[in-house]
Amino acid sequence: MALTETKSGEAGNELSGAEIVVQALLDEGVELVFGYPGGSVLHIYDALFKHGGVRHILVRHEQGAAHAADGYARATGKCGVCLVTSGPGATNAVTGIATAYMDSIPLVVLTGQVPTPVIGSDAFQEVDTVGITRPCVKHNFLVKDVRDLALTIRKAFHIATTGRPGPVVIDIPKDVTDPNIKIPYHYPREIRLRSYNPIEKGHPGQIKKAIDLMLQATRPVFYIGGGVVLGEGSAQLTALVRASGFPITSTLMGLGAFPSTDGQFIGMLGMHGTYEANMAMHEADLLIAVGARFDDRVTGKIADFCPHAKIIHIDVDPSSISKNVRVDVPIVGQVASVLTEMLPLYQAQKSRPDSAQVADWWAKINDWRALNCLEYDRASALIKPQFAIETLYQVTNGELYLTSDVGQHQMFAAQFYPFNKPRRWINSGGLGTMGFGLPAAMGVQLAFPDAAVACVSGEASILMCIQEMATCKQYNLPIKVILLNNGYMGMVRQWQELFYESRYSHSYVDALPDFVKLAESFGHVGMRVDQPADLEGALREAFALKDRFVFLDVVVDPTANVYPMIAAGKGHHEMHLAPGLTERELA
Amino acid sequence: MRHIIAVLLENEAGALSRVAGLFSARGYNIESLTVAPTDDPTLSRMTLVTTGSEEIVEQIKKQLNKLIDTVKLLDLSDGPHIEREMMMVKVRAERPDREELKRLTEIFRAKIIDVTETSYVIELTGASKKLDAFIDAVPEGLLIEVVRSGPTGITRGEQGLTL
Repeated sequence: MALTETKSGEAGNELSGAEIVVQALLDEGVELVFGYPGGSVLHIYDALFKHGGVRHILVRHEQGAAHAADGYARATGKCGVCLVTSGPGATNAVTGIATAYMDSIPLVVLTGQVPTPVIGSDAFQEVDTVGITRPCVKHNFLVKDVRDLALTIRKAFHIATTGRPGPVVIDIPKDVTDPNIKIPYHYPREIRLRSYNPIEKGHPGQIKKAIDLMLQATRPVFYIGGGVVLGEGSAQLTALVRASGFPITSTLMGLGAFPSTDGQFIGMLGMHGTYEANMAMHEADLLIAVGARFDDRVTGKIADFCPHAKIIHIDVDPSSISKNVRVDVPIVGQVASVLTEMLPLYQAQKSRPDSAQVADWWAKINDWRALNCLEYDRASALIKPQFAIETLYQVTNGELYLTSDVGQHQMFAAQFYPFNKPRRWINSGGLGTMGFGLPAAMGVQLAFPDAAVACVSGEASILMCIQEMATCKQYNLPIKVILLNNGYMGMVRQWQELFYESRYSHSYVDALPDFVKLAESFGHVGMRVDQPADLEGALREAFALKDRFVFLDVVVDPTANVYPMIAAGKGHHEMHLAPGLTERELA
Repeated sequence: MRHIIAVLLENEAGALSRVAGLFSARGYNIESLTVAPTDDPTLSRMTLVTTGSEEIVEQIKKQLNKLIDTVKLLDLSDGPHIEREMMMVKVRAERPDREELKRLTEIFRAKIIDVTETSYVIELTGASKKLDAFIDAVPEGLLIEVVRSGPTGITRGEQGLTL
């Protein structure tokens, strides 16, 4: 019996629980499953083996499975899927699940569980997966009866991908997938949950209020976040921002939702945001927040946050509204839907914001811009990490899918690689998970086999999921790892330098591997560069190897710091600028 | 401000722990929490009492609503409502104190539901403050054990918190 021949929603075939899992994934249109087998999921793996249809990617650690599914989801907008065994399989995946949760990424994570009769007996490889994952999932299920399996899987995909997306865990005891117990299979197409009805459209009265505020504004700023990317609202946002002529800043997660090379874009805001973006936030009289959640890395000290501004906040999640910062005009709804309604309404207004006032506002912003807050020493004999990212941008014409790990290299990439399209910049913003970049890049490369995919990382982060180089070999994934190797946990070192009188407590990574040989031992190409003059050539060489995984170890200046910087607990107007710029500070 | 919030939840395994976990994970106060199935066996009704600023209570309600198992939620404190809590109190009831305890029981319209030579168990239902007042009224040294259910509540008038 070929499972793939079963039509969605048709009853008839008798399937085992294991076969139901495989068939349900097919009926969901799942292309890829990232996983790692183990005792509790062996029935499911056997069904995968016998029936095919779903492509399974064998990772080398369950954390990698979750990150890879996450990277796939971020790049495609589809739901990522992973399959892991009970106990350590599930706990290893937890970091990846929490990473997806913090950034609202749709994942369905299938975890094996010990058979129902022994649940609670501390059986081999038993862990309370539903309990452990509860605080870091949108929802989770324990399926105790095979008759509930198909419906539960449908519910999981529905919940994961609608409203504010997020990971959903389905814990499946081994006996529920017993190959000898077959039941009629029916996969529901439509599903309605009485307890879950995400809001789609914004309230017309609130939208009208927002338009009125826009028309009265003299110092407006759009502040956008990852919700614009997740909610597929990029085109609508771009149209509204252009129609208004207002400046726009983005969080780390929103980069690419509005073209970064556009003149209206004033850079990322927040802890490592640009001077002009943070100053504009501080002086603004109107904030139009779209799909952003007023995270502490963005707001800085709440008491000093946008002291002069009225705030409009568009978000699909009511609990994001007025959570950290009280807003004046909340609009709950899908970002794309709300923006689609706002644009014609704005255009139809007879009045416009006072153009002289807005011109003054732009003049002020351009003064801040003139400070050139991201400037660095271009004459350095060492490769500056900023220079490495700028060169990467030039060599790849800004067309990369770029994943990153977490730390200085992540901030340098956000500052120096302008993204003009959504879903191109893939990083762990909320949880800040070191080890995310390489497995996430696998998910992206598998989704887009012909695209140029790179992972910018640091020598500390990359070692956290280095084993996935074997997965890259097995599936011939031609990812380029651009390692900004400074020998330190750079961001930790930076904080220690600035706030702990340079006491570098355990932030120096001693005994690093030879990354060139390491990459070669996995069957990949390893390269190393330590001269600024050689960097561009090395990058071109790496990207010319279109069908090879290349690990480029870039030895960078170990003392480089990320500037500007707002220290924790400070306001937007209290930035540390790069040492050479301090005396030119305008504020 | 004290708020009493009624929640209709899917009667699913783990629904209660989602609520309890939410309060501990986000650092919200929870004074009491009672839960039991309703006339509709697929639904549980939970009553919880919490305190916090208006902003925090607003967040608590939003976060509760965000739980997938939450079907409906009502802040009973927003309108006229009735609260009742049940309490059982075990008191030392030696000869000289028995009369006074019986008198107290009458005054509070409570019931003595267990009697031994040396003790009473007294049952009392009412608003939480009435229960507090009863405990305060029991002569010092006589209290052995206090069991309270935590308040439950219902709105006044014909509108109900139903599907």
